[in-house]
Amino acid sequence: MSHKRRSSLAAKRQPRAPLFAALGDETRLSLVAKLCGGQPYSISQLTEGSKLTRQAITKHLQVLERVGIVHSAHTGRESRFEFVPEPIEEIKKYLDLVSEQWDQALTRLKSFVEG
Amino acid sequence: MANDRIEKQIELNAPVSRVWRALTDYREFGEWFRVKLDGPFAPGQVSRGQVTYPGYEHLKWEAVVQKMEPEQLFSFTWHPYAVEPKIDYSQETPTLVEFRLKKTTSGTLLLLTESGFDKIPSDRRLEAFRMNDGGWTEQMKNIENHVAQAS
Repeated sequence: MSHKRRSSLAAKRQPRAPLFAALGDETRLSLVAKLCGGQPYSISQLTEGSKLTRQAITKHLQVLERVGIVHSAHTGRESRFEFVPEPIEEIKKYLDLVSEQWDQALTRLKSFVEG
Repeated sequence: MANDRIEKQIELNAPVSRVWRALTDYREFGEWFRVKLDGPFAPGQVSRGQVTYPGYEHLKWEAVVQKMEPEQLFSFTWHPYAVEPKIDYSQETPTLVEFRLKKTTSGTLLLLTESGFDKIPSDRRLEAFRMNDGGWTEQMKNIENHVAQAS
């Protein structure tokens, strides 16, 4: 592996734990599921059909906003929330890198036992 | 690829006993894994050493050996690629690495699993998230196209 790749791996591993934690909740997961269609939603729209109050939904959205997978924009009196896909893509990239490290280690093991 | 684990398999043209030794003899493990270990592996014991990968010799290696079932299963927990000396990885939940060996006609099939990349209590939750692919896949394509065009 190259030096550059290894450093980028170090950078990638930092933010994933809070993100996994934020996604580890049924309500937040369902909010993300709704938002990941790409269309922005207001809190009222997100509260519709839910048993939770506006306040509860707002709190969940704030958790998602803190880990950067939801972004809010104010339009008039209302906030509209939208999905930001990059952090989740980061998790995938991180696993791809770890996976590649294993490929290289197993290749070395192969030459070692077959040599 | 699943979001919480890595699975690999590789055919090795060597007998199971040979592969077992390469995995569990600490000197042999160190040769191909590129780490100089302080002593032999033993279940339940911490294994420590120094990374020998060129450019990363300043890094310590640490794992806790879990299972050693001769010629079948070798496993340890660790913090994968803990490459930043300044970060205290001990507060993170470790991942579990398992090597499973199976005898084949030509040698050994080695199955590697590293699991526990998520801290989500139930795998099902993440699964549910992944399964919701419709809008998500579309969205990812948009981003990809966007990035491709922008660069």
